[in-house]
Amino acid sequence: MLHLSNVRKCFAGPASREVLSNVSLDVAPGEYVAIVGESGVGKSTLLNVIAGLDRPDAGEVMVDGQPVTELDDDALTLLRRHKIGFVFQAFHVLPYLDVARNVELPLALLGVAGAERDARVARLLEAVRLANRARSLPRELSGGELQRVAIARALVHLPRLVLADEPTGNLDPQTAAEVLALLRDTLRDNGAAGILVTHSREAARTADRVLRLTHAGLSAVP
Amino acid sequence: MIARLDLLLAPLRQHPARSTVSIVAIAVGVALGLAIQLINATAVSEFSSAARALAGRADLIVRGPRSGFDESVYPGLARTPGVVTASPALEVDARVAGTRQTLRVIGIDVFRAARIQPALLGLDADLLDMLRTDTIFLSPAALASLGVSVGQTIELQAGLTGRVLRVAGTTAAGEGGAAVGVMDIGAAQALFHRPGRLTRVDLALRAGTDPAALAARLALPAGVVATRVEAEGHDLARMTRAYRVNLDVLALVALFTGSLLVFSTQALSVARRRAEIALLRVVGFTRRQVAGLVLAQGALIGVVGAVLGTAGGVALAAGVLHVMGSDLGAGYFSGLQPRVVVGWEAAVVFGVLGVIAAVCGSLAPAIEAASAAPTTALRSGDDARAFRGLQTPVPGVVAIVAGAGCVFLPPVAGLPIFGYAAIALLLLGTIALLPRIVAVLLAAARPPRAVAGRLALERLRASPAQAAVSLSAIVAAVSLAVAMAVMVSSFRHSLDDWLQGILPADLYLRANDVGDSGFLSVTDQRRITETAGVRQVEFLRRLEVIIEPGRPRVAVLARDRVDEDPEHRLPLIGPAKPGTRDDAPGDAWISEAAAAIQGWRVGQRIDVPLGGRRCAFRVAGVWRDYARQSGAILIDRSRYVAFTGDRTADDAGIWLRDRAALSSVRAAIERLAPDAIETLTPEEVRTRSLAVFDRTFAVTYALEIVAVLIGLLGLSSAMGAEVVARRREFGMLRHLGVTRREIATILAAEGAIAAVTGLTVGAVLGYVISLILIHVVNRQSFHWGMTLHVPWAGIAAFFCAMIVAASATAIIGGRQAMSGSAVRAVRDDW
Repeated sequence: MLHLSNVRKCFAGPASREVLSNVSLDVAPGEYVAIVGESGVGKSTLLNVIAGLDRPDAGEVMVDGQPVTELDDDALTLLRRHKIGFVFQAFHVLPYLDVARNVELPLALLGVAGAERDARVARLLEAVRLANRARSLPRELSGGELQRVAIARALVHLPRLVLADEPTGNLDPQTAAEVLALLRDTLRDNGAAGILVTHSREAARTADRVLRLTHAGLSAVP
Repeated sequence: MIARLDLLLAPLRQHPARSTVSIVAIAVGVALGLAIQLINATAVSEFSSAARALAGRADLIVRGPRSGFDESVYPGLARTPGVVTASPALEVDARVAGTRQTLRVIGIDVFRAARIQPALLGLDADLLDMLRTDTIFLSPAALASLGVSVGQTIELQAGLTGRVLRVAGTTAAGEGGAAVGVMDIGAAQALFHRPGRLTRVDLALRAGTDPAALAARLALPAGVVATRVEAEGHDLARMTRAYRVNLDVLALVALFTGSLLVFSTQALSVARRRAEIALLRVVGFTRRQVAGLVLAQGALIGVVGAVLGTAGGVALAAGVLHVMGSDLGAGYFSGLQPRVVVGWEAAVVFGVLGVIAAVCGSLAPAIEAASAAPTTALRSGDDARAFRGLQTPVPGVVAIVAGAGCVFLPPVAGLPIFGYAAIALLLLGTIALLPRIVAVLLAAARPPRAVAGRLALERLRASPAQAAVSLSAIVAAVSLAVAMAVMVSSFRHSLDDWLQGILPADLYLRANDVGDSGFLSVTDQRRITETAGVRQVEFLRRLEVIIEPGRPRVAVLARDRVDEDPEHRLPLIGPAKPGTRDDAPGDAWISEAAAAIQGWRVGQRIDVPLGGRRCAFRVAGVWRDYARQSGAILIDRSRYVAFTGDRTADDAGIWLRDRAALSSVRAAIERLAPDAIETLTPEEVRTRSLAVFDRTFAVTYALEIVAVLIGLLGLSSAMGAEVVARRREFGMLRHLGVTRREIATILAAEGAIAAVTGLTVGAVLGYVISLILIHVVNRQSFHWGMTLHVPWAGIAAFFCAMIVAASATAIIGGRQAMSGSAVRAVRDDW
């Protein structure tokens, strides 16, 4: 599903530094991988490179067989639209759309017809236990509910890969545990691969496999 | 202190483009208002100083109609106790033969003028030349404009013939750059066929004599009045006042739009900085200090705008005076070539108005900033609360109701003050209600199928108050543009219809289209009537009379066969009560302006000064006349001749025989006096009149465009500000797979929806304002009515252009939304 081979990424500037060095990774379809590491080690940069939002200086990135490094901006955008879902730490739901409209956004972008779209949104809202809040506006929801909306939005278009960066960073421990469990279950139910970037050992333990990112690259955590 | 200065300047520095747009908007308003004021003040001042120079040491001026009064008045004036010297004069605006130039010729009694008007005498010349019948002294401006020098000759038209005069020297008359020629009064009377006629007598009074009391004692013929020298120029200032006030109001509209732009910029800035402002409150700033900070930012914008606007206004006035003349193309100040005189009072007034506009624009944002609770404002996502205070409908409803009431109030000192107040209140009321109006309009819109359009609509629906803030300037600008377009179009169509109705003849002839020295003698009239192919001719004598001192002169039009079927031949307004041909007094048909200014009604008996005596007429009806702003009285020429004995004419309407060719008849008539007669077909009269109309309104079109551009800049600036604030939203959409092109489409859709909403509100408001302009402002300013005509095609084209422009500016303003920085804005959270 995802293949990274010897990826390198430097940031230019007054103090140029290498963030990613010889990073290689393979994620199988349906596999859920957690990546942990110190702050500033490049976890977010790694997700950006996978999503095609940052170009690596060297190495190869393949998402579902497509060479990310060789695609232009429009093709990368379409790749994200069809095959990738995102869950952000700060939720990033549109404040002017209700819950159902926020969740259906990826489907609307893909041109999925009304009835099917409504059914898929209803199924996901049911899955994240927000069926009764479909017409609520984001400002009426708690942090945990907002993140559940984000998870539903990340999975509603059946992506092949979900990238989640500190999805519980803004949540209390109990809500965080609920959200992580929900993310894992919905990924599994939808057959999507997932990469969870986190500082939290508890969060990482919800994944099938845990990797540590250091300046030397990725290594397995026993 | 430095910290405070930083707090003051930082928000303006943070968004230099928005700050610049606000400053430019204020500067444009100040510049336009000041320029209009300077141009008019310069023209009136030059005219007054020229008039004062002409009057010399005179204390009183006795004036009659342009056609003059009998010189037998003069000895009586000279012998009046208290009068030291009386200096008679004949003034004629003579056409320079074969050209469309005129020369103001002043015939003087050199011995009398030498005592009180020495400036009129020739400089460095043989004084005997002042007494010769074939010599003239020209002002430097006249020498320059005619392209002649001392010793050469010029040819002036008198009647339909030319008379050659030798330029014997120069005269200091004609201050202010006026083209003036001075000659002996007897020679002038003979030259222009006005034997025994005077147009003015200047009186120097004994020291200690009260001019007003002496003026009241004078026994003057009807239509002749005595005025103080200081009053010279007042008539002109009064005549141009309504036109000037209209232009001033348009300039104030630009300033008002600028104020709304400052409001929009400051409101959005305060909304975006709610957390920052809340922090200031937490660290110890009082509410008053916070409000003061926002008001000081507005004042700073105003001061910079006012300084730039003042400089721009002076430059604009100089440029316009050079290119268009001091009347901005309206034709009030012909013959003057003034240079701009900077009146610092006007500069200060408009500068202060600019600062006030900017501070007023900052008032609501300042109150909003001061009233926000720090604990709430510090919370992320609180932006939407920022505009809740704008949603209260009470001020808007009160303003609209008050505006509606103002419509029914009368003019103040001849100016439609309440009409303008009604427009201002309606504008303010609508803008105050804009959040609610926008909410209703957006709620009624059907969501488009496309994702971009739907997102754009949902976004605007969720924050109607915010959209209203962005739209306020554009609504104001568009409503005024629509109102002016409807008013000007109604006026133009009414004028066109009127021209077609009052030009029934096949051909029109004018002996004095330029100046007033040309006329048709009885012989000329007979030769025209007897020209082959001519079936019928109606001659017209035009003159201006003083009905009452202090009121504008009224035109008297004495035309053949007015008493024959006037109800079908005149554009009458309201019912008419014509008498029979033999009735005494005879019928007078008065224009709307004459009825309004003189207060005359149908059926009323009026006295018209003709030939030095009061002649009785009865008002038979009121007709529409767009040609004479000060009013006109139309009477049958036979009655005019009976009263005055004057059989000359100025114009003629000519009907051709059935098979006569227009071109051959026209050529035959023009051959009677090749360079003196001008003939025009009705179509040519119409084309020329509409061209004058368009030139006159060119300035208003320019001001409208400026106001709309300012509004558009406001929308663009607001959209740009919005996009900066929504970078993370666009970044998130890019993550979800929205292409740059689709982001552009969302922005364009938002711009288009906002523009359509603003245009809809602006169009409705503009229509209402146009009704006030037509039925209140125009009637009270110019005393004429018009038929409503909406230029649908023009407005539709304007709206399409505005929607395209708004979409384009939204995209341009939203470049950042499509850039990498938007993606990075989301990444900040990763």
